[in-house]
Amino acid sequence: MIKLQHVSKSYSAGIPALNDVNLEIEEGEFVFVVGDSGSGKSTLIKLLLKELDPTEGEILINGKRLGAIRHKQIPKFRRDLGVVFQDFRLLKDRNVYDNVAFAQRVIGASVRESRKKVPQMLSMVGLAAKYKSFPKQLSGGEQQRVAIARALINRPKILLADEPTGNLDSNNAWEIMKLLEEINERGTTVVVVTHNMEIVKVMQKRIITIQKGVIISDVNGGEYEN
Amino acid sequence: MFSLASIATMSACIFLFGLFFAIVTNFQSMVKEAESGVAVTVFFEPGITQEQIEAIGNEIRGRAEVSDYQFVSAEEAWMEFKEDYFKGHAEAAEGFAEDNPLANSASYAIYLSDVSMQPVLVDYLNGLEGVREVRHSATVANTLSDFNSLIGYISVGIILILFLVAIFLISNTVTTGIAVRRDEIGIMKLIGATDSFVRAPFIVEGVLIGLIGAILPLLLLYLLYNKIVVYIGAKFSFLSNLINFVPVDKVFHALVPAALVLGVGIGFLGSRITIRKHLNV
Repeated sequence: MIKLQHVSKSYSAGIPALNDVNLEIEEGEFVFVVGDSGSGKSTLIKLLLKELDPTEGEILINGKRLGAIRHKQIPKFRRDLGVVFQDFRLLKDRNVYDNVAFAQRVIGASVRESRKKVPQMLSMVGLAAKYKSFPKQLSGGEQQRVAIARALINRPKILLADEPTGNLDSNNAWEIMKLLEEINERGTTVVVVTHNMEIVKVMQKRIITIQKGVIISDVNGGEYEN
Repeated sequence: MFSLASIATMSACIFLFGLFFAIVTNFQSMVKEAESGVAVTVFFEPGITQEQIEAIGNEIRGRAEVSDYQFVSAEEAWMEFKEDYFKGHAEAAEGFAEDNPLANSASYAIYLSDVSMQPVLVDYLNGLEGVREVRHSATVANTLSDFNSLIGYISVGIILILFLVAIFLISNTVTTGIAVRRDEIGIMKLIGATDSFVRAPFIVEGVLIGLIGAILPLLLLYLLYNKIVVYIGAKFSFLSNLINFVPVDKVFHALVPAALVLGVGIGFLGSRITIRKHLNV
């Protein structure tokens, strides 16, 4: 599903952000990517979204070679990926419903289809009652739920989460993780970049550790040490 | 906010354009009027027959640059001459009663649709059989046609400058819009919005600014035009003999489509160029 072969990424000069990374994530997996800040985690997410191109190596997602995707085809490619961020990135001047429906509009879905799917998605993330609220009226956890609903409404096969609990308190962080786990159980491949080690240790999932651009360990939750 | 500012500046530009357009239209109409008074006169060889004169008339009628021509017979020429020079001295003219001194002065007075074509016509007329003399005023013709092209150059120059200024303004607005909506654009791109989906709102904004920025000054000019004409007529009454103002409907017949095309075109171009430059989508 996701495959990196000898992937390196260097910015203009200096030490590479990622150095000869080899990685394979199967369909339906739940994977944590951990590491200190500056370890190359965010670069990895950007490479997977094709926001950046690797300096060397090859990335395959859903069987597609990212290097072969032309600029014009990038939008279509991204529709197979859902993505959520630490800072939620909601549209502040639109309510919960419109924020989620926005993702439908972007891909050209009909209003009728949105009317059916948006409430479904909102009730899945537990926000059906707050569909009229604006982002600033919601707690951080609720905002992240909206972002997740938006990421999933177009039914991507993969959900990428970049520090999804970074701005949340412990309770909210746990709720979001539970939600991501539920989503994974329904068949979506989930990749979570985080430095919240407490959660990572308890959840018992696959854990990939990056340090200075290199994968230093790739283990299942039970075997994780440190 | 930014849209309002650029609608205002766009309006100012189109207003200036409209003002200039109205002035040029009036100028050109004055020049045209002056042109229509410029005639080329053709005199014939002595002893020419009426048929030959008519044949020459037919040749003249066939020329594209001729707008109108008139035959002036020797008798008419004499009558006009008497009218002009023997007014109040009819008895002095009586002496010529039976012997028209202008017997050989039958002529065609030819009016041109385009004064700049005068030399061509004169050459042609000189080459015709039976033509004794072609009289024309090269100076008047040249001055008028020079004046006409001067007006043309100035209009193109000023319109070009306005055009560039307006594109720059729209471009500024769109740049600000992109800066303000950078987050939204980023989100769109991550969700998988196509380039045209991201661009469309900016293009629509640019075109709307252009459209509104054209309609407002057109309305204003329409209201002002007649008032200004009346004002000039009253204030500078000595001009009213010289200038015949073009009616407002005639000016706007050409001005409305020109201003709309200009406004919408500038709006479209300005936003499109800017998006290409800044959005990288």
